[in-house]
Amino acid sequence: MSSDLSALLYLAASVCFIMALRGLSHPTTSRQGNIFGIVGMVLAIGTTLMAPGVVSFGTILLGLLVGGAIGTVIALRIKMTALPQLVAAFHSLVGLAAVCVALATFYKPEAYGIGRVGDIQISSLVELAIGTAVGAITFTGSVVAFAKLQGLVSGAPLVFKMQHMLNAALGALVVVLLVLLCTTQEPLYLWVLIAVTLLLGFLLILPIGGADMPVVVSMLNSYSGWAACGIGFTLQNNLLIITGALVGSSGAILSYIMCKAMNRSFISVILGGFGAEADDGPAGSGGDDDRVVKSGSGDDAAFLMKNAGSVVIVPGYGMAVAQAQHTLREMVDLLKADGVNVRYAIHPVAGRMPGHMNVLLAEASVPYDEVLEMDEINRDFKSTDVVFVIGANDITNPAAKTDPKSPIYGMPILEVDQAQTVLFVKRGMSAGYAGVQNELFFRDNTMMLFGDAKQMCEKIVKSLEQL
Amino acid sequence: MSSEEFINKATDVANSARALSDEVASLASEASRLAIDTAGQSAGSPFIMGLTVLVLAVFVGYYVVWNVTPALHSPLMAVTNAISSVIIVGALIAAGPADVGFSEIMGFIAIVLAAVNIFGGFIVAQRMLQMFKKKQ
Repeated sequence: MSSDLSALLYLAASVCFIMALRGLSHPTTSRQGNIFGIVGMVLAIGTTLMAPGVVSFGTILLGLLVGGAIGTVIALRIKMTALPQLVAAFHSLVGLAAVCVALATFYKPEAYGIGRVGDIQISSLVELAIGTAVGAITFTGSVVAFAKLQGLVSGAPLVFKMQHMLNAALGALVVVLLVLLCTTQEPLYLWVLIAVTLLLGFLLILPIGGADMPVVVSMLNSYSGWAACGIGFTLQNNLLIITGALVGSSGAILSYIMCKAMNRSFISVILGGFGAEADDGPAGSGGDDDRVVKSGSGDDAAFLMKNAGSVVIVPGYGMAVAQAQHTLREMVDLLKADGVNVRYAIHPVAGRMPGHMNVLLAEASVPYDEVLEMDEINRDFKSTDVVFVIGANDITNPAAKTDPKSPIYGMPILEVDQAQTVLFVKRGMSAGYAGVQNELFFRDNTMMLFGDAKQMCEKIVKSLEQL
Repeated sequence: MSSEEFINKATDVANSARALSDEVASLASEASRLAIDTAGQSAGSPFIMGLTVLVLAVFVGYYVVWNVTPALHSPLMAVTNAISSVIIVGALIAAGPADVGFSEIMGFIAIVLAAVNIFGGFIVAQRMLQMFKKKQ
């Protein structure tokens, strides 16, 4: 196949990928978008298979079958609550694949027409080294993120002395190794570079706490794109550059949205340690604990909601942990049958990855037009009779608006405190991820429903059926 | 001038003319090569071409991704994860040659890893998007 034709087919694949992202602007066009993505990938692989240097089809088919089978089985079996760790695991594979491709290129540059062993074009070598470094950081970083999300290691931030100094030193070492590698073309430097960046990826994510995981997962998403981009420069392949740039900017935008929704700067998230202060006891919490809260039963909640005109449900990660979304939907169905206007309000950082709550609610067959974003629902809380907060905490804390000393001050919140009555489903009185006590618990119009989210929903469903 | 001298002179002139024409020809080919080189340079080196593509793609990505509805941010991550595995293109070229060496093995490993991602990413995205279907 002529190089012009394959370049055109790669261009078509790039357009397909752009259409795939474009389709996600609305649920109705999203499935079509996904088809575009698959078509683009088939085009990309098919075109490459017809390149003159590619002849060992048996090996390639074997690789595709093995990988494809593993991917398919995992994707079909995974529970939607485990989505964040699945995505983190997938990111690690992209990073590792980038490192493998870079190594293959370094030891056989003539296959890509960028020089000979020991005499690789300097620009290609720089890009290759950068692609390798980003790929290696993505790999170990994602492995740590996966382990934290899966609960294999503690989600608490791991902070030790001299941490930032060590990371900075390693960063400087990476730059030195890049220069050495590019000037001497010595393979040893590439291997050391890989080892150092693998360690760096590990150390960078370790100090970041569970509450910041949405940012980390999106950031690694972005990194995996930039790694592909770097390799694309080395291979002088526009498809890889375009796709890498699309993925890279997508991840960066998601990180930005998450940071903004927590009122945290990207730098402070990367430096980590957020939530560590919770262990030292949040300021002023000692006095708060003496105050009394009003607690109620499932029957009380059922009675309140049945007699309300409008109810807004505010789900959080606790709902996902308790797998309460299906029971919650049953509860809402009963309320709607009684003529209550029920809607859902989603904060951008609810859950452990962007959009996680929306997927869980969609899984429980909640129609997407009943699920509203923070900006859409916030002005309606004033005219809402009952807010039902299930498994969320910090994202409703009015201290974010009123207390400049609070660690979460400035974070945009769902203004549930403006509603007539607030029902809080919670296991106990523990503080949220930010380690801050929620002022709302002590208000007169708040009723605490202590217990597991799913069991509480079941109780409410039972009493709704009897009422 | 004897006829012999004349012939010798004529041969000399002819020889130098031939040498001159050879030189002209080589100059001409040199000039045309230079012309091609300069034409190539006006389009920029491969790096500048790549950079052009990169910057434009970042802009496209920026505007397209801001248009993605927040409700679909999870499927977005699954899809971007799948398409970033387009790195498989590099892996296929690496594993392509008939002989088996270090590069081919690295290429094979990368194919397997990327294939897990491609299939896994697209299928999990499809599963999610299927849930966002309008219910009757």
